[in-house]
This record gives sequence, C-alpha cells and structure tokens, in this order.
Amino acid sequence: MSDLHTSPSGESHGSVSSYIIGFVLAVILTAASFGLVMSHSLSPSGTLTGLAVLAFIQVLVHLHYFLHMGNGSEQRWNNMCFFFTVGFVVILLIGTMFIMNNTALHMMSR
Amino acid sequence: MLGRLSFSAIPLDVPILVGTFLGVAIIGLAVLGLITYYGKWGYLWKEWLTSVDHKRLAVMYIVLALVALFRGFADAIMMRTQLAMAYAGNPGYLPPHHYDQIFSAHGTIMIFFLAMAFMTGLFNFVVPLQIGARDVAFPFLNNLSFWMTAIAFILVNVSLFIGEFSQCGWLAYPPLSESQFSPGVGVDYYIWAIQLSGVGTLLTGVNFFVTIVKMRAPGMTWMKMPVFTWTAFCSSILIMVSFPVLTVAVALLGLDRYFGMHFFTNDGGGNQMLYLSLIWSWGHPEVYILVIPAFGVFSEVVPAFSGKPLFGYGTMVYATCSIMVLSFIVWVHHFFTMGAGPDVNAFFGIATMIISIPTGVKLFNWMFTMYKGRVQFHACMYWAVGFMVTFTIGGMTGVMMAIPGADFVLHNSLFLIAHFHNVIIGGVYFGYICGMNFWFPKVMGFKMNETWGIRAFWFWFVGFYFAFVPLYVLGFDGMTRRMNHYDNPEWHIWLLIAEVGAVLILFGIVCQLTQLYVTIRDRNLPANRDVTGDPWNGRALEWSTSSPPPPYNFAIVPHVHELDAFMHDKENGIDTRCAGGPYAPIHMPKNTAAGFLIGVFSLVFGFAAVWYIWWLAAIGLIGVIGTIIARSANKDIDYYIPAEEVARIENEHSRKLMAQAAE
Repeated sequence: MSDLHTSPSGESHGSVSSYIIGFVLAVILTAASFGLVMSHSLSPSGTLTGLAVLAFIQVLVHLHYFLHMGNGSEQRWNNMCFFFTVGFVVILLIGTMFIMNNTALHMMSR
Repeated sequence: MLGRLSFSAIPLDVPILVGTFLGVAIIGLAVLGLITYYGKWGYLWKEWLTSVDHKRLAVMYIVLALVALFRGFADAIMMRTQLAMAYAGNPGYLPPHHYDQIFSAHGTIMIFFLAMAFMTGLFNFVVPLQIGARDVAFPFLNNLSFWMTAIAFILVNVSLFIGEFSQCGWLAYPPLSESQFSPGVGVDYYIWAIQLSGVGTLLTGVNFFVTIVKMRAPGMTWMKMPVFTWTAFCSSILIMVSFPVLTVAVALLGLDRYFGMHFFTNDGGGNQMLYLSLIWSWGHPEVYILVIPAFGVFSEVVPAFSGKPLFGYGTMVYATCSIMVLSFIVWVHHFFTMGAGPDVNAFFGIATMIISIPTGVKLFNWMFTMYKGRVQFHACMYWAVGFMVTFTIGGMTGVMMAIPGADFVLHNSLFLIAHFHNVIIGGVYFGYICGMNFWFPKVMGFKMNETWGIRAFWFWFVGFYFAFVPLYVLGFDGMTRRMNHYDNPEWHIWLLIAEVGAVLILFGIVCQLTQLYVTIRDRNLPANRDVTGDPWNGRALEWSTSSPPPPYNFAIVPHVHELDAFMHDKENGIDTRCAGGPYAPIHMPKNTAAGFLIGVFSLVFGFAAVWYIWWLAAIGLIGVIGTIIARSANKDIDYYIPAEEVARIENEHSRKLMAQAAE
C-alpha cells in the first residue's frame, strides 16, 4: 500500500528561505496597502486601483511561495484544479455582480 | 457563568417535547445498558468508533443517516397532522413557535444529516472498492469527517431539549434570522450545526477527490472508471467548490448575530438579498451533489439486473460532467421573484431548462440498458424503475418552475414543496435505498430480505404520490408553504389526502425496519449468505473481493484491462484476485481516537458558542487544537499485515469459493 499511498508526485514543498521570502513580500504588500489608505496620498479612485493592484500581486506571491504553483509537468493537476477553481470563482463573482446590480436597479434599492 | 443558559431554557411546558425526551432517554439508556450487559464497549470503541477503515465508517454513516431519517420523518408527519387538523378556527396541536422549529429542523436534518450522511456512506463503501484501492487517500480525515457530521447532528438534537431550534426555515433567510427578529438561540444552533458539519463535508470532498485522482488501480484510465465513481468524483468537485460559499455565507450571518455587524441586516447598509444569492450559489450545487451519486447508483444497478453493459457509458460520463458544470449557473431560479429584471431571470431560466437535456440523456440510457435485456425484478429494480417514473415527473415540474413567469405564480407555494420532494424523494432517497439494497451483501456478507424490500418500495412509492400530488393541487390553489393554519375549506380535503400519504410512507419506513430485522434474523440461511462475493453477477471491481471484504480490500491490487473490469475478467477467464499469491505484507493505517476527540471538543465548543458560555468555548477550542497537534506529532500511525496472515485470509476465501462451486 505504501507505494500507492505516500507516493510523492514531485511537487516542491518549498524551503525555509522560500517561505521567508514569501512571508516578507506578503508583509510588505500588506503594509503598503495600509500605507496607501492611511497616507491619503491618492484620490479615492486612485487608492482603489492601487489596492486592487497590490491585492493581485499578493495573490501571486501566495500562489508561488505558499501554494508552490509552477509550470512543471508534474504540476498539471495542481494547475488544472487551480484554474477550475478560478473559473468557478469568476462565475460566482460575475454572476453575483450581474444579479445584485440588476436587482438593485429594478428595486431602486440605491 | 452559564451565559444565556438557565433552567428556563428547558421546555418543560411543552408536553410533546417532554414525551419525546422521555422516549429518547429510555431508548438511549436501553441501548447503553445492552452494550454494557454484553460487554461490547471495548469492541465498539476499538473496532468502530476509532476505526479509520472506510467500510466501517460507511456503516456508521448509514446508521447515522437512518437515525436522521426517523427524526426528519417524525417532523414531517407532525407537520402533515397539524395541517390536516388546523383549519377553520381549529388551531391544531402545534403552536406557531413550535411548528416553525419543526419545519426548519425537518429541512436541515433531511438535507444535511440524512441525505449527505447517506451519500457519504455510499461513497465510503463503494468508491475505494470500485477503483481497486485499499482505503481512501486520508483515512484519518475520513474518520474526522464522520465525527464532525455526527456531532453536528447531536447539536441539532440537543436543541430539542435545551433551548429551541431555528424558526427561519432550512436556509435561515435574513432579516428574519438576524438577532433583531430572532433573538433566541435557535438560529445559533443552526449556524453551528451547519458550520461543524460543513467541515466534515468539505474534508470528505477533498478526500474522495484525491482518492479517485491518485489511487485508481493500474490500467483504470478515466474512461474505464465505473459510473458510480464518476458521479462520486463530480460530487466531490461540487462539494469542494460550493461548500466554502455556504461556510462564508453562514459565517457572515454569524458575524451579524454575534458581533452586531451589518452584512444582511435591514439597517446599517446591510443587504439581505446578497445572502439569498450566496446561499443559493451553494444550495443549487448542493442538490446536484446529492442527486448525481443517486444517478451513479442506478447506473450500476440497472446493468447488473438487466444482464447487459450500461447503454452509452460515454454519454453518461459527459452528461454527469455537464450537469456538474451547469449546476453552477442556475442559482437565481430559487429567487426569480426577488426583483431582478427579465435579462437576469431569462438567462438563469434558460440555463435551468438546459440541465434537463443531460438528465434526459441519462434516463434514456437507463431505459435502453433495460431494453432487450434479461431484466430481473429484484427489489433494487423496483426502486430504480420507481425512480425513473417519479423523477421524470419531478423534473418536468422543475422545468415548469424554471419559466420565470410561471414561477411568479408558484414561488413559495406548495407546488414548490411538491416539486423538490418529488426529485429528492424520487431521486435521491430512492437512489440511496436502491444502493443500500444493492451493496448490502458486500458490506455484511448476507443479502437483504427481498419481500420486505418490495413491500417497503410499494408503500413509499404509493405513499409518495398520495402525499405530494395534493400539494401540487394546493400550490395551484394558492396555498403557500410553512403555513401553520388556514381557513379555506377547499384545501382541507387535499391536506387530508396528503396526511394519508404520510401515513403510507410511515408504513414504508416500518417495512424497511422490518426488512433490516428479518435480514439480520435470517442471515445464516444458506440462500442469504453471499459466499462468492458476487451475488448479482456484478461488473465492477468491488464484486471481485470477498463479502465482507478483508480489511485491506485487495490482497493483490487488480489490473484493469477494460471498462467493467470484473465482468471482462470473468468473461475472459482472468483471475482478478490472483488467488494463490505470492502475497506481500500490506501497509495499513492504525485506528485513532483523535477524530472522536476532535468531534467531542467541537461539540463542546459549538454548544458553548450557542449559549455564550465563553470559558467553555475556549476549553473546546483548545481541546480541538491540542488534539490536532498531538495527532500531528504522533508517528505511530501505521502497521503491516504480515504476508502469512494475508495468505491465510485469501486461502480461506478461495476454499469457500471452491466449496460453493462444487455444490
């Protein structure tokens, strides 16, 4: 059973240094987000755009350093699951925005 | 010290609850006494409660599901009786406060603890055996999943006798479920039961996904995988994608209630319509999580009793996968009347109707499987054919309700109730019971009594139509759901007929209990023993091993050459078991109490959180975390079954097989 059960399929599980780099990057990005809001240095829409950009980079950092996503061949299942999940999250988000926006217009709730 | 909990929380003034409590206490003490009398505590603890064997967990899941069935059905027949009485000035015997708890508990229990537990039980039993694996990928998590489900069910039942249950329906729509309108503990019981059982369900989804992806027998490519395993796979994906949405939606409701936040409140910028959208973007996939495995059961049963391979295996797989994807883009049909415009409603209405195409493909596949086959009308086939008829009707009323215009008339009426019971009883319940009859000899080593199985079927089948066709009529007549009493005399006769249906279903359940009793009583009759492990001339790998299977399932992992691997081997004279060896030692996971302990601490935590007993909640949480750390640090989690032991078990089975063949 051991060969069926515990076979590692080649994914990297990271090293201490890669986790530390990821952690430091995540902290910097989080601090930058707070700084952006607290310093009032940009217009409100500029702040929102800045936050969105920082959040997106944050997601990439997490995926790379913590979830060990890569493009090796042994990563096929990981990547497939990831894009499948992203697909469903997109359906959920766009669907919810479509529904709630439309409902709000018709119900004059804003 | 005890938070909101005081002696007045115990409903001594409600005679029904006091009677129920006495009944439960007497039965419970009797069971505990019998276990003590026969000295079975050690056996129960070592062999069952701490077991990580998927077959044992499957049995425990199904026992849990049957207990939930009794509770849920008791709620159902109480509601029917109330409505048969409560008209024209008669208030009935259930005051609204109690009645509202009953319908909320009925829905919650039937979906989360009957259907989900039964489904997980079937997955646990069948999937590893069908793919030629020795267990699931994460046996300990499997045990933990079971305990999370079980303690959540206990929490729901605790609410019967301490405090109250939610009065907001099975999905606890805000703003009614907010503390402004439901200040009691009912909704909090609901929230914690859902969250704790959600942990178990999510882990089950991950577990079976990994098992099916990683642990199939050599040679079993995707298109050689049995259909039930395909459906378990699609269901697991749906669980992984949709259950987090439920967890988040209910957690946001919890934040509103516990911390005074405003996600879904009327004031403070809350938006209760967002809750509807979130909960149904879980809720619709959820009903497919339940019904897709039922389709899988029929895809195993119909070929076995028609003596033919499944018609259109490929279309069955593609239909299952397309239902899985489509189930994610239909959730608005649960709230067409919320106020979205025709563009939104038309999109989701059409998407809903499209689902009936792959479902229709499946129905035709089953019928073509039976066509020109040697159909044996075993009890399983009664449930299967009963399903085809009933589910088709339910599907058609579903397509009717998918038309937004029609839904404006039928929304929240009894027509809706009739529709979803039509698909959930006719689809999910018939499917799971069919599966239980089919795989029972594999689990236990003896067959279920057929006569009582067929009687149970007829009572359920006829009872279903008596109970729910009147509800379609009442829906057209304008009766809404969740009504406590009414004064329209035209409705009364239909509600009396529905009550008759509920009583017929009660007889059905009694027949099922009798079936279990007779089955166990007659287990040693030669005609009932399943010596070969292949009582139905089965097609997939689970029938190649002995009944009940040895702890390791397969002494030598089978090689799969073709779809319907075992049938292929039988037809070509290949010995799937590789009897005679040579055998190697088999690596097995050790039983562990960690899952049970985490479950108990979670129950303590959940109960304390419901009543705001924060010190107790802290103890529960620390217990959970401590047990997880202790379990993670434990290296003594596996053992080997020596090759001689494997050889002994296998030779024993071979000898029985030869003795059987000689007769």
